[in-house]
Amino acid sequence: MMKRNLTTHHSATLSAMERQEEDEDRVKLFGFWSSPYVYKVEWALRIKGIQYDYIEENLENKSDQLLEYNPVHKKVPVLIYQGKPIAESEVILEFIDEAWKHHGDRILPEDPYDRAMARFWVRFGKDTLSPPIWKWFTTQGQEQEAAYAAAVEQLQILEKELDGKRFFAGEKMGLVDLSLGPFSYIIPIYEEITGVKLIKEEKLPSLLAWMDNFLNSSIVREHLPPMDKLKLRCQAIREAFLKNTN
Amino acid sequence: MSPSGVKLIGAFGSPFAHRAEVALRLKGVPYELLLEELMISKSDLLLKHNPIHKKVPVLLHGDRTICESLVVLEYIDEAFDGPAIMPTDPYERAMVRFWAHFMDNKCAKPFMLSVWSEGEAQKGFLKEVKENLALLQAQLEGKRFFAGESIGYLDIVLCSLAHWLTVIEEATGVKLVADDEFPDLRRWAKEYTSNEIVKPCLPDRDRLLAFYTAHLDRYKMIAKAMLQQ
Repeated sequence: MMKRNLTTHHSATLSAMERQEEDEDRVKLFGFWSSPYVYKVEWALRIKGIQYDYIEENLENKSDQLLEYNPVHKKVPVLIYQGKPIAESEVILEFIDEAWKHHGDRILPEDPYDRAMARFWVRFGKDTLSPPIWKWFTTQGQEQEAAYAAAVEQLQILEKELDGKRFFAGEKMGLVDLSLGPFSYIIPIYEEITGVKLIKEEKLPSLLAWMDNFLNSSIVREHLPPMDKLKLRCQAIREAFLKNTN
Repeated sequence: MSPSGVKLIGAFGSPFAHRAEVALRLKGVPYELLLEELMISKSDLLLKHNPIHKKVPVLLHGDRTICESLVVLEYIDEAFDGPAIMPTDPYERAMVRFWAHFMDNKCAKPFMLSVWSEGEAQKGFLKEVKENLALLQAQLEGKRFFAGESIGYLDIVLCSLAHWLTVIEEATGVKLVADDEFPDLRRWAKEYTSNEIVKPCLPDRDRLLAFYTAHLDRYKMIAKAMLQQ
């Protein structure tokens, strides 16, 4: 089964140059255990069957390497391919699909229009759906209620798009599924912490089913963040936000 | 077999709509331009085809609708024959997509706020704008265009730096770029705006200046709202 390689060791019989070349050829991923953006990239690599070295960053004390590889944003994930860095999860996902076009399943469809639609929904998830969900989780009172309503409105648009399909991409998961995927475990955590249900069966049955399909897929269930630890982290985040606004 | 009949819903002065137009012209795709009067009201056509965002550009290709300028750019590149807009190498493609996201996600807000805000806050945004411009200029690497010898994706994405920036400086009286700063970007801006494919779909400078001057208060309000977010 796919395992992350936490360290890289090379055979003593390789020459220094061969070792350097081989080292450069290894795909590396800089990540952080709770980052949903990192998980999207890891699932994509696993869909393609690509072996990679994973480097866990301490985001409160970023490594020189990370700062060198992503000087503009100083964030994870960063993928290193043949010694060259690629940042921004959406960009990395498309790169993975293109660089390993003939490995594993396609992440984006072939048809230009279907590709445009996939990209549109990825942006929707990022620009239109995420902000109210985040706001709902990090506020209370009237502000939270307004954010909740806004989030439900966007989720209903997504529900319509999904329309009972197994995945957004059809029978197998694709770009949009990977991009929205972390919601499948993050939203239930948020619901547990706030005590409020965001995705209700009566209103969003396709989305509810999709969350299940996603979490139970072979790629995803092999690789999820530690839920208890994540829940504690989310709880601490919500508390910090509520404290700041009081 | 692609559906025929290309229409582009745009609006005067929109750099996002301009991106889509340039791409169509680069590919040699004939199109009908439908102009919205966004400051007055949005047409039924726009609301029908972009109900979620209600923004331009919207590309109508037969019975297909494509929204969001960056999505439209890649669609135009993939759906039509003609000179390539995106690079072919996956890594190069990742790089131009990265810088496009940088422009739209990281540059837009400080750029807006540097001209429309005041005082200490404005100083901070001005500094950020210059840092962003330095990063973008570095991508030029002394080339004629970001894409090399001819116009490509990143040149199109950064169009507002080539044409809109000086107009906004003039309308607001805020100088973002001193005359001796970013010489490579200046040179690129001249190349871009004088290009024979680009020129016909650039908004007339005087008319654009009048547009911003007439709507100064509205933009100040938008900037104020942005600051409070």
